[in-house]
Amino acid sequence: MSNTFALTVTVNGTRYERSVEPRTLLSDFLRHDLGLTGTHVGCEHGVCGACSVLMDGQPIRSCLTFAVQAHGHEITTVEGLGTKEELHPIQQAFQEAHGLQCGFCTPGILTTVKAFLEQNPNPSEEEIREALSGNLCRCTGYQHIIEAVELAAEKMRG
Amino acid sequence: MDRKLIGKRVVRNEDPRLLTGHAQFVDDVHLPGMLHAAFLRSEYAHARLLKVDVSKARAHPGVVAVFTAEDMGKDWFPGPPLVSPPPTVKDVIFHSRRQVPLAKDKIRHAGEAIAVVIAESRYIAEDAVEEIEVEYEPLPVVLDLEQALQPDSPLVHDDLESNLAAWLSQKKGDYEAARRQADVIIKRRIVIERGAAAAMENRGIVAYWDAQSEHLTIWDTTQAPIPIRNGTAARLGLSEHQVRVIAPYIGGGFGPKIMMFYPEEMVIPWAAKKLNRPVKWIEDRRENFYATTQERGQIHEVEMALSRDGRVLGLKDDFLHDTGAYDPYGLTIPLNTQSHNMGGYDIRNYSSEFKVVFTNRIIATPVRGAGRPHGIFVIERMMDAAARELGMDPVELRKRNLIPPDAFPYEHQIIDQAFAPLILDSGNYKAVVDKALELIGYEKFLKEEQPRLRREGKYVGIGVVPFIETTGVGPYEGARVTVEASGKVNVTTGIGTQGQGHFTSFAQIVAEQLGVKVSDVRIVTGDTSEFHWGTGTFASRGAVVAGNAVHAAAKSVRQKVLKLASKVLEAPEEELELEDGMVRVADIPQKSISLGELAVLANPLRGAVEPGTEPGLESTSYYGPQYGATAFGTHAMILEVDPQTMMINIRRYVVAEDCGTVLNPLILEGQIHGGVSMGLGNAYYEKLHMDENGQLLNASFADYLLVSSTEMPRIEVAHLETPSPLNELGAKGVGEAGAIPVPALFAQALENAFHDRKLEVLEMPLSPNRLFELLNDVTQ
Amino acid sequence: MKPAPFDYFAPAATEEALSLLAEHGYDAKVLAGGQSLIPMMNFRLVQPSILVDLNNIAELAYLREGEDGGLRIGAMTRHRQVETSPLAAKRAPLIHAAMSKIAYPQVRTRGTFGGSVSHADPSAELPALSLALRGKFRLRSQRGERWVPAEEFFVSLFTTVLEPDELLVEASIPPMPPRSGWSLQEVARRPHDFALMGVAAVVTLDEKGLCKEARLTFISAGDRPMAAERAAEALKGQAPSPQVMKEAAEIASTQEIDPSSDIHATAEFRRHLANVLTRRALEQAFQRAAETTQEG
Repeated sequence: MSNTFALTVTVNGTRYERSVEPRTLLSDFLRHDLGLTGTHVGCEHGVCGACSVLMDGQPIRSCLTFAVQAHGHEITTVEGLGTKEELHPIQQAFQEAHGLQCGFCTPGILTTVKAFLEQNPNPSEEEIREALSGNLCRCTGYQHIIEAVELAAEKMRG
Repeated sequence: MDRKLIGKRVVRNEDPRLLTGHAQFVDDVHLPGMLHAAFLRSEYAHARLLKVDVSKARAHPGVVAVFTAEDMGKDWFPGPPLVSPPPTVKDVIFHSRRQVPLAKDKIRHAGEAIAVVIAESRYIAEDAVEEIEVEYEPLPVVLDLEQALQPDSPLVHDDLESNLAAWLSQKKGDYEAARRQADVIIKRRIVIERGAAAAMENRGIVAYWDAQSEHLTIWDTTQAPIPIRNGTAARLGLSEHQVRVIAPYIGGGFGPKIMMFYPEEMVIPWAAKKLNRPVKWIEDRRENFYATTQERGQIHEVEMALSRDGRVLGLKDDFLHDTGAYDPYGLTIPLNTQSHNMGGYDIRNYSSEFKVVFTNRIIATPVRGAGRPHGIFVIERMMDAAARELGMDPVELRKRNLIPPDAFPYEHQIIDQAFAPLILDSGNYKAVVDKALELIGYEKFLKEEQPRLRREGKYVGIGVVPFIETTGVGPYEGARVTVEASGKVNVTTGIGTQGQGHFTSFAQIVAEQLGVKVSDVRIVTGDTSEFHWGTGTFASRGAVVAGNAVHAAAKSVRQKVLKLASKVLEAPEEELELEDGMVRVADIPQKSISLGELAVLANPLRGAVEPGTEPGLESTSYYGPQYGATAFGTHAMILEVDPQTMMINIRRYVVAEDCGTVLNPLILEGQIHGGVSMGLGNAYYEKLHMDENGQLLNASFADYLLVSSTEMPRIEVAHLETPSPLNELGAKGVGEAGAIPVPALFAQALENAFHDRKLEVLEMPLSPNRLFELLNDVTQ
Repeated sequence: MKPAPFDYFAPAATEEALSLLAEHGYDAKVLAGGQSLIPMMNFRLVQPSILVDLNNIAELAYLREGEDGGLRIGAMTRHRQVETSPLAAKRAPLIHAAMSKIAYPQVRTRGTFGGSVSHADPSAELPALSLALRGKFRLRSQRGERWVPAEEFFVSLFTTVLEPDELLVEASIPPMPPRSGWSLQEVARRPHDFALMGVAAVVTLDEKGLCKEARLTFISAGDRPMAAERAAEALKGQAPSPQVMKEAAEIASTQEIDPSSDIHATAEFRRHLANVLTRRALEQAFQRAAETTQEG
């Protein structure tokens, strides 16, 4: 029995039709089947948050989702935020505030922050720390990340 | 020279790529026909390997090959020794035992690689791994350091007489005489455990053998691409020019990625060459806990001799160090401990010997701090114990013993990891301590705030801990700076980057010399085809050593620019200025030429080139420090503890740091914040729990606890600059500084918080549970 | 860490799911939020041969007011929905308040009420809270339907009364009586980790301000959510004084829980925390109860 499923999913506004094994993790599907390697894999058990993407605008752990479960949904990854030439305000803020060092955890943080600021455009430091509690960073000690989110909120409030 | 760019908070060149998901990490490499590897790893920590049957795995659909030690034939041999013991120490014993590509006959730690499956996907490879049948004969496990040295202990290496991997003794002055003269002797047993580096990116390798051009390309998450290139070429009988190692963007190093010739690094390139197809291996998080090196424990028996007025007359520190199943990394960690267990204090009489012990655990190699945190923890705990004994303020006791500014360069005399007696090059220690005291409001806290908080029933303590950090060690690094026809500058160096901002800090150094925009300087790191000579990033040396090589090369290019421009513009060199990518005659701005045009002129297509000159505006320089620079810092914190639940709240955290010339304060502060978060992990959150069978009980992020955004306090950082006389930039390293003093600081603040209880913290890490035990065991 | 292969079904309706469970029984595992199941599959700690994915069954996700004035929660309702629901805040404030303590934002996007309760991890909040609030669960199979109160639902570690062909479809949380107060106290290594110890207290005062009724349940205190009935009994009829609360905490922590030791905490430390947190939970719950009576 051919154990593959027809999957239709929209990622960063582009519709994809693919055939996948049910056990293929969404993180692997995005990275290897679609070549969108911006989303990173740090633990595959749902703690580090490096693989966070948005499903229908809400943050999820792509390592804890099977690709087939994204059928019919809209996924946003870091590639859907901005480009090198035109950074999204959140990305700009992270550069200005030095909110990244090795950059491995960063895509997961950016998508999480995007959804967070859409819900909470004027957050306190405590709320930001809470919102980022599911994203581990080993390089920054979080301080510049917090400042980047505050700066991003400012930029997005215009 | 007026500094325009060095010392400025320049935003990073590398960020746009990283922020948009367009930076290539090893797992992002996709090659046509690429295969995927998964390793079978030992369940037992100590066992004879009787039989390995891979037949079912080989037959699994989608599996291309399965290899064991036997299959490697004459290509199977252990990894090279990375660091030998220091030839300059006379009292040393060293038994070198190194890790092997795939286990043969005997398993020495849980997770040791036994076989590798190469398949069409990682999913299939893992399926096939489950079909490999292994017969083990379990052996008793060696874990306890003291028991391991008993004559009846099982042996990790059967060809040795004991589990003693190494012994080394160093002395200075006469400790016994100091002891006799002392008014007070303090003795303690101190136990320090560290943990995993746990970079967010696990390790990985992609190897591609092009049989037509006979060329091997390897992408590796290594901190040392050049040594990997050299060693891999040797192992496979290739010329170094047939092998290219690329360390692309790396998701955090912190030490274990400079361990070289991991089993996977010995197997994957070999397999790729054998199969004639690219092979990728990406470590998963569980493997990372079993297969990537970590730092672990030491047991110290320490004695300190003091005079009644608080002068430390001598220190004796004998300790055991856990190296795990093998010792490829030599004595680096315990030597670092020895060069730090006198801290920044002027102690003239010293005796220290250590024994390195083989155990049935993964190899211990440097993790951020690399033995320095152990040393600092020891000396700072002893200082606090002495202060209590003498009835002195703990900060006052320290100030009485700090090396004074006029004593530099200070001959510490202890031979350190660079194989030479340590010399502390420069510093103004008291000023840094005073800065930290000022920032934390030490006097005010002790006199006003703490008494008030105590009256409210709160348990709030303060800690202040100074420390040294040896950095910037040799042997050398190199860099090549080239001005291109576009006017932009290309810089290549042999080291790699794992997030510490080299793409920007090195660009600042070059831009400073050549008058170009920082964003117009392109830095290439970590590609052995671009630069042939170097070692790697470790021991807080990247910015200092490679940075100084970049500086020297940039200066040399500047000289070439001036020389050529002087001819072209017909003006003396002294009258020329480099600014905005142009060379101008001062006061005559019309007389100018762009760097790009100059570069073209320097590489003519016609005409004669003067003998003895080189084409282009390019220079390659190497820098090797005479000895490593030593940085100094002081951390202070105010810590509240809930005396019933043992939950902590860090109210304030300050850092005063002197790492010489600061290249980029934004990057520097980030390094310190990150270091503190790892130090905090080492103090209260991170502990590798192993059962009596040598099995790790918390090989996942669910149970190995990293500090998250909700645990970290805000950190205030103050910089003081005592430039190092050892290099032109005046820089000292700082990569590990944040992590080094934190456990000692934590212990001090906790004791200060629990003023009315008998609490002395002589171990690390702690946890709420352990703190509860210590507080409730009055007889400890 | 990739999962082993499995056959996969994604029914669009409850009936279809029940039919699949009836057919495959023990071979099938139900996939709800996946936040507990998929990590275990990635570690290959569990290797189900069949997965029945409930995420397309829209009819199972809802929050409604119950006829009794309480809250009816569809099994596939996401934690995030409960966290942001004014209805939940009003009808089941204890559950609403607990939501932000459950794991991390990304987990709450997917994690479900029914999934969490069925998974029956004694270190999770929702089983203990369901127990504290005297919730009951509706279980369905092709053989029929039954309601099981929380007290009977949790059997032991990761084990409930659910049969292999049964699905938990709804939770019914009754309203708290007037003059009630509640509290949830937890101690965890990091705020979003599983609690080392947690205590939920629900208390009701009578017209004289004495304790009419109390419920005390515990997280990470045994192989399932534990209820301290004797301690609750000891509070009845008493004026809520520190001494009374202290005694109840003593009874609960020494006699009515069975915590185990693991790498994060010993049983002894857990008992100590249970004692401390019970006092704090009762204090806050009684305080809240008193405030409601003041508001009238």
